[in-house]
Amino acid sequence: MVNYIWLGMMVVGVLVAGFNGHIEVVTKAALDGARVAVQTAMDLIAIITFWLGIMKLAEAAGLVRALARMVRPITSFLFPSVPRDHPAMGAIVMNLSANILGLGNAATPMGLIAMQELQKLNRGDPKEATDAMCTFLALNTGCITLIPTTIIGIRLIYGSADPTEIVGTTIFATACGMTVAVIMDRMLRYIYSRRW
Amino acid sequence: MFGIVSDLSRWAIPVVLLLVPLIAMIRGVNVFEKFVEGAEDGFSTAIKTIPYLVAMLVAISVFRASGALDIVTGVCSPVLDKVGVPAEVLPHAVMRPLSGGAALGIATDIIKTHGPDSFIGRLISTMQGSSDTTFYVLTLYFGSVGISRYRYSIISGLSADFTTLIASVYVAHKLFGPI
Repeated sequence: MVNYIWLGMMVVGVLVAGFNGHIEVVTKAALDGARVAVQTAMDLIAIITFWLGIMKLAEAAGLVRALARMVRPITSFLFPSVPRDHPAMGAIVMNLSANILGLGNAATPMGLIAMQELQKLNRGDPKEATDAMCTFLALNTGCITLIPTTIIGIRLIYGSADPTEIVGTTIFATACGMTVAVIMDRMLRYIYSRRW
Repeated sequence: MFGIVSDLSRWAIPVVLLLVPLIAMIRGVNVFEKFVEGAEDGFSTAIKTIPYLVAMLVAISVFRASGALDIVTGVCSPVLDKVGVPAEVLPHAVMRPLSGGAALGIATDIIKTHGPDSFIGRLISTMQGSSDTTFYVLTLYFGSVGISRYRYSIISGLSADFTTLIASVYVAHKLFGPI
């Protein structure tokens, strides 16, 4: 799937640029994209290093496991393939909580820790996503947001009379998105388990 | 209600930074040593994502700069127009899963032109606040553990994005009314 999307974007991009008579943008765009990617990874170093340290403390103190135990009823439904009280669950819960509160900087490292834990449980091909990973990413990208921090800031800058009035609508929209994410994940998991 | 949630958001991390080391200390953990031990992997985790991010962001960047994305927007607009998505916000809807920075730029521009309290301004705010850069998240998360076969993740991610878009348009029409 990702092969086709990637190839499609490349091929269509180059062809359209050539057809529109500005083929010169392609090389520049490619290098710009690469530079942004490396820059993003560089910015992540600081955040990830910091949060991995804190998470290691939380794990050593038994907090991650305690958190995993608290949310067991929900997670055992969503992630049947992950053992109960597994540290992956604690990391997943922390990632989703950070997402819900609009704390993007903290959410990413916790998400990456969750992925590492889920990868440890991967009994199949280490290059292929597991069911639990797909569920986690569906929840993550379609996650409910209570505080859309960035856009509230922008509304404030441009003089909104009530910058936070979009909080209710955001909660509604993300709740719909999350519901569909969970349903789609379940359906696709079933379909894929039968095809392969 | 919003005040409480907003306070919670502001306090969450400082409270975590207070409680986690404290509880760890009480439980007899060598806090400094453990922190460093965990943080050790930070660099390698971040560096590991580079090839994946480069691959994805190069393709997205070429696709966008070539004008192909504008064509996609053009193709999608009659469909999205039918379900009540105003033409002004279309580029944002198409761009959002691909590029967080570009989508935020579009949202900011619309808020600047139409005003944050206009119908379009409120709609674009809801759309921006409720959506995520799906491709980036998938690439980053999978890349950090060396996974290159995403299976059905893109389909479930994009269908959630589409639902969020339609729900944003619906709720904005209901609450803020079109001008």
